[in-house]
Amino acid sequence: MIKIEKLHKSYPIGKDSLHVLKGIDLNINEGEFVSIMGSSGSGKSTLLNIVGLLDGHDEGNYYLNGQLIKDLNEKKAAVLRNKFLGFVFQSFNLIGYKTALENVALPLYYKGMARKERLKVALDYLDKVGLKDWANHLPNELSGGQKQRVAIARALVTKPKVVLADEPTGALDSVTSDSVMDLLKDINNEGMTVFVITHEEEVAAQTKRIVRLKDGLIISDELTKAAKAV
Amino acid sequence: MFDLDRWREIFQSINKNRLRSVMSGFTVAFAILLFTLLFGIVSGLSNSFKSAFSDDAQNFMKVRVWKTSKPYKGLQTGRRVQLRNEDYNYIGKEYEDRIQYQSARVFKNFSIKYKNEANVYRVRAVNPDHQFLEKTIIDEGRFLNERDLNERSKNIVIGRLLKSDLFGERPALGKRVNVSGSSYLVIGIFSDEGGDSEERKAFIPITTAQMMYGNNDYLNEVVLGYNPNLSLDKAIAFGKQMERDMREKMNIHPDDRSALSVRNMAEANKGVGIFMAILYAIVILIGSGTLVAGIIGISNIMIFVIKERTKEFGIRKALGAVPSSIVGMVVQESVLITTIAGYLGLSLGTYILSLIGNSLEENYFIKDPSVSPEIVIGATLVLISAGLIAGYIPAKRAANIKPIEALRAD
Repeated sequence: MIKIEKLHKSYPIGKDSLHVLKGIDLNINEGEFVSIMGSSGSGKSTLLNIVGLLDGHDEGNYYLNGQLIKDLNEKKAAVLRNKFLGFVFQSFNLIGYKTALENVALPLYYKGMARKERLKVALDYLDKVGLKDWANHLPNELSGGQKQRVAIARALVTKPKVVLADEPTGALDSVTSDSVMDLLKDINNEGMTVFVITHEEEVAAQTKRIVRLKDGLIISDELTKAAKAV
Repeated sequence: MFDLDRWREIFQSINKNRLRSVMSGFTVAFAILLFTLLFGIVSGLSNSFKSAFSDDAQNFMKVRVWKTSKPYKGLQTGRRVQLRNEDYNYIGKEYEDRIQYQSARVFKNFSIKYKNEANVYRVRAVNPDHQFLEKTIIDEGRFLNERDLNERSKNIVIGRLLKSDLFGERPALGKRVNVSGSSYLVIGIFSDEGGDSEERKAFIPITTAQMMYGNNDYLNEVVLGYNPNLSLDKAIAFGKQMERDMREKMNIHPDDRSALSVRNMAEANKGVGIFMAILYAIVILIGSGTLVAGIIGISNIMIFVIKERTKEFGIRKALGAVPSSIVGMVVQESVLITTIAGYLGLSLGTYILSLIGNSLEENYFIKDPSVSPEIVIGATLVLISAGLIAGYIPAKRAANIKPIEALRAD
């Protein structure tokens, strides 16, 4: 599903440049539940941005769903994101003036789905994350855990190939964190590839495979107990 | 390309962000309001100038004589100059190709009487062309014609107010009035834009007056309409030449304005034309300045708005919005706000002009202040393009920010 070969990325800082990713090789198959662990500055967010087509890479190859990602313009990237990827962000990134239902339906709008149909589909997904009754509330009327559920529903609504979650529990307390992780596990159990970035061991332990990053390189890549138990 | 969903997005965005929409709309509405008022008042001023001179024809010229103020060729100062039929015929012949209308004038004050009503009125003895030179409007009957002149008929054309003085509501046409002891037939009733005093006058044939009152060929004035095909400069030159020729012919010092002068509407027209051109230039300058200020205002607000929405655009892009859809959305929103606000400003301006129009006309010499449809359409187009540009440039920039950077924005 995701195949990365010798990936390099650096950012210019003034006249110098900061080498963030120094040759990453990673292969993620369909249906995997992978977490990327690392302290801040390890390059994990950069990796997620590149995988999520939110940022480009300098060297190496990246295949998404078998398609080589190279020289993408914004338009193509947007279409691929809409088609293959669903995002869950640490800060939820819901649009404040839209209701939960409208937020969930937004990716379908960019897909070109008719309004009636997309609102119906969006409501199904809100139901799936247990927020059907909150469909017409604005984000600031929801708790943090509810917001993240809405965001997850929004990530799933286009039936993407991969869900990318960037510190999905970073802004949540431990109880709601668990419920959000349970939700991600359920999604994975239904066959969805889930790719989580975190710096919390408890979160990573709930995934099936942990990839540890340090200073732009992979230092370990192993299956968790949870995976072995299956 | 009517996209209902796009409009829904835009209305939602406007509705949920009312303050900023109202603010940006207000800037534009206010600019257009000022623009409309400014243009309306100046066009009113221009109207009053035009109508101030519209009593007489635009190509009106007048040859008037008085006493000499300078000795010339052995003739003394203070000599009374007299225009005669011969001078009238000379002018007609000499400048035939440069004259459209020509009429002589003899002024008399006569008592005019009908039944028991009588009063003293100013009577002008003229030629038929006089009707066009003074812009006399015939309400009933007809003006004097060549036959009246040839037959020295005792026909009279009376002003609207003169008629109501003597006849009241009764019909006057075809009735006989007593003019200083002679009976005249009323053949026409006229009105004139020159005001009440003009409408208390009467016209009789010049030939009749010369025969009956003094039996001479004296004239008080000769009035002309220069050929309208002449340019203003040529018409002015024509007046000057005629003035020189006439002074020469009548043995008057070439610089003696008191003895004989030609008043030429072309000179006044040129002065007014220059004045109005300068006034319009100033107004266009200020007006476009106002518009530009409005455009800069809305551009500033749009830049701010788009900065504020950068994160939202980042989210939208992460969810699959292509840059052009974001640019399109912002531009459409911006054009919608500017168009509506501009229209409101324009309507308000027009409404205010119509409200204050009457009092301006009564008190300030400003007649019928209004904006022409061309200006309205022009200003609207300027606005829409301003909305386009004001939305497009910052939106394009925002849409090209990488989503990752946009998402980081707060």
